[in-house]
Amino acid sequence: MKRFNWQIWAGFLLTFGGLLTFPLFFVRFPSTRDFPWVNLLLVALAIVLLVIGVKRAFQPGRSKLAKALAAVLTLLSLAAIGLFVFSAFILARQLPASRGAPQVGQKAPDFTLKDTSEKQVTLSELLSTPINGAKPKGVLLVFYRGYW
Amino acid sequence: MAISVDSPKESRDLREQQGYTFTFLSDPNAEVIRRYDLLHAGAGEGGKDISRPAEFLVDANGVVMWVNMTENYWVRARPEQVIEAAKKLE
Repeated sequence: MKRFNWQIWAGFLLTFGGLLTFPLFFVRFPSTRDFPWVNLLLVALAIVLLVIGVKRAFQPGRSKLAKALAAVLTLLSLAAIGLFVFSAFILARQLPASRGAPQVGQKAPDFTLKDTSEKQVTLSELLSTPINGAKPKGVLLVFYRGYW
Repeated sequence: MAISVDSPKESRDLREQQGYTFTFLSDPNAEVIRRYDLLHAGAGEGGKDISRPAEFLVDANGVVMWVNMTENYWVRARPEQVIEAAKKLE
């Protein structure tokens, strides 16, 4: 009886743990989100375990089942890693050039939009309406993708 | 102020759920998003047109003082960058 190939399972579980902890946890902190180094480190460790696991599974005397299992777990792991890397470094960079966006020193185009209580808010009015008796200094406009 | 194509109802849910206190504005037809040249055509769920992420600091005269245009939508302006930029406001 050959010893249990724990490396292949550990590599498989660490791959999914290492990837899922990004949306579940590490995305909350700019230092681990902007460049997902913690998750990439976990995945790198998972790949090392998978390589060791595959080597063990393909040693002489191992069953066909052990080989097939190692191959399937490794391919699933690599597919998930590929999807993550594609999302982070290729898909997330597919953005319009936005050359016509307002530049520093230009006037921000005025607009009126509804807030969450369906009240109309106008940029120019907002900038000229005193806050607690003082003239406002400015406003930060954060355009975001939304949750659709 | 945060601006997206989400409806006022969706933004209200998000705002309450996350405990945000700033204003959320709704641009469902992406009219203002287009005027700012920020439209990311077809990038939303089901091919919906949405906004690319972008941040603008506007002074009391309506002039842009600082812009952050990310090249990767996983990367957004950090609070400390905005605070540093806001020090320039009169």
